[in-house]
Amino acid sequence: MMAAQSAPAIVVDKLGKRFGTFSALDAVSFDVRRGEIMGFLGPNGAGKSTLIRVLCGLLRPSSGRAVVSGIDITQDPEAVRKRIGYMSQKFSLYSDLSVVENLRFFGGIYGVCPGAINERIRFAVDMAGLQGRETSLVSTLAGGWKQRLALGCAILHKPDVLFLDEPTSGVDPSSRRRFWTLIHELSAGGVSVLVSTHYMDEAEYCMRIAMMAAGRLVALGTPRELRQQSIGGELLELECANIGAAMDLVAKIPGVHDVAVFGDALHLLVDDGAETARAACALLAEHGLPGASARQIAPSMEDMFVHLVRTARAQGAAAGT
Amino acid sequence: MFGRIAQLLIKEFLQLKRDKSARFRLLIPPILQMLLFGYAATFEVFNVATAILDQDHTQESRALVAAFVHSSRFEVTTVAATRKEIENAVEVSNAQVAIVVPPGFSELLLKGQSAPIQVLVDGTNSNTALIALGYIGEIANSFGQAHALDLAQRSGRALGQPLVHVDVARRYWYNPNLNSRWFFVPGVIGTLVLVTIVNLTAFAIVREREVGTLEQLLVTPIRPVEFIIGKTLPFFFIGLVEVSIVAGVGMLWFKIPFVGNPFLLLAGTCLFLLGTLSIGLLISTICTTQQQAFASNFFVLNPMFILSGFSFPISSMPHVLQWLTLLDPLRYYLIIIRGTFLKGVGIDYLWPQMLALATIGLILLTLSVMRFRKSLD
Repeated sequence: MMAAQSAPAIVVDKLGKRFGTFSALDAVSFDVRRGEIMGFLGPNGAGKSTLIRVLCGLLRPSSGRAVVSGIDITQDPEAVRKRIGYMSQKFSLYSDLSVVENLRFFGGIYGVCPGAINERIRFAVDMAGLQGRETSLVSTLAGGWKQRLALGCAILHKPDVLFLDEPTSGVDPSSRRRFWTLIHELSAGGVSVLVSTHYMDEAEYCMRIAMMAAGRLVALGTPRELRQQSIGGELLELECANIGAAMDLVAKIPGVHDVAVFGDALHLLVDDGAETARAACALLAEHGLPGASARQIAPSMEDMFVHLVRTARAQGAAAGT
Repeated sequence: MFGRIAQLLIKEFLQLKRDKSARFRLLIPPILQMLLFGYAATFEVFNVATAILDQDHTQESRALVAAFVHSSRFEVTTVAATRKEIENAVEVSNAQVAIVVPPGFSELLLKGQSAPIQVLVDGTNSNTALIALGYIGEIANSFGQAHALDLAQRSGRALGQPLVHVDVARRYWYNPNLNSRWFFVPGVIGTLVLVTIVNLTAFAIVREREVGTLEQLLVTPIRPVEFIIGKTLPFFFIGLVEVSIVAGVGMLWFKIPFVGNPFLLLAGTCLFLLGTLSIGLLISTICTTQQQAFASNFFVLNPMFILSGFSFPISSMPHVLQWLTLLDPLRYYLIIIRGTFLKGVGIDYLWPQMLALATIGLILLTLSVMRFRKSLD
């Protein structure tokens, strides 16, 4: 029992999924610990949804293997399904049933025993903050409530692992924040959560982040680790007049790999922050743009993401030739 | 297993209970269509628009015209004075039938010879034309016979001609008055149930796919077979209720006799529903949206209707189509339903139909379950 508790909740080993000649997942490997919240980031079409759908047993993998809650997903998908909860991108409860009717239905389908079902429904209603709306039809609920109800339906049977496929898309910011609080509560209770999102700020809520591009895993680590390592250099923020002209100038400085506009400043990806900062200010002053200031900053998730996707594309293009 | 199926059943009936328009759609259209079919779908010919031209102007010719006027089969719309007028009436469809009594009609009649009349028939609707022609012959014959009898009585067989009495004793079995409503109404039961159940089943499953609830269900421990049973069983019951309602309307309103064994009809209906549910399920596996399902249903149901023998005799179809009818579950169900309603035949006669329905149903079910599993990947 102890061994099972310390074993990873999800083990994915060189998992691949092809649709015809298109490779949606390409040898993806990672582990998720018990109680861990693992976020998957990546552009549309990167393979996040495919990964979740394979792990839930909705799609059969083409290669590799995956173990969820100690069970191989291809050997006993039904046993896996008893231990997982799933929330899809699209809201998919019965809108012509009431809150409690939906919960009772999914509870029954998951085989929650009749003695415990009322207590579980109570729990889900409290968690979702749906007290007083138990008999409301789901079609009358606002987006944030629907989403929390969907989460409630997914945890009725006390799953070990939760798969959330872009659960917060189309939900207002305060509801999103509340939703993430719930996820952390579940995680504290020992539930492992694998969540995909394309909101960069949401990545900060995750304990570890996996970045995907073109079906491959391109980075994996804590948000802090990723910010430090994966960007491939140091990041400078350059504030100056006439950003457009400055951008062309600084791009030519040796040791500058990338220049991007962020608000009213430029972000420079460089080898040596301190040296390039001096060189850039001097160069701009020389060209009649004095008063520039450059300072080294910690890269945001967005910086990191843009960089990773670019690198992955470059690699993909190189591999393609 | 049964727990999960029960949950699905509860859910389906809750949704049905909440869907007021569904209850309306299930109840009112079949009854309305039954009434509509009962009155409209008939091969019998009444009140055929008729034009008459009497060129003889005698007592006899007027008596013949009166025989047509008084018949419920014909309605004289035009009394023409010239040949031109009568041809015109048929041409512009004022009359479907034109009867011309030529000059000299009574002369021939009084001589005891055969006196011809001319009949023009608009053959656009060949069926009505043939039947109307039959009635004209009947009326003319009985007129001729009555006249000959009259003549013979008055002349005391003076003409010395024996009266030829042709007496064709016709007796129609099962439907003594050849009431075509008796033929159609039982058929309507089968057709309505086919359309309703295939549509309901296909739409119900495609809707779950479209809305995304099917995917949500597939990550639960539910098995595809449980889903299929839970999803189709409600429509099986609805199908049985529909048959009862529509058959009730047929028997109580149209007074169609039911002389057979109701349990035999029930058994046949169950087998027929097996086939229709499978067709609905099969359609749902090839469609991702309800529009596609609608188009597919139309594509499948119309040929099934035409090939079923509902109104077009199978024996008159080209051989290839006759073979195709063997695949049509409605064909067998119509035989069962007409057999039990009108003839009261038993299992000893209907077992091949039952067997065919069961075979088609099982094949379709297997096929649709296999396709359903595959469509999930």
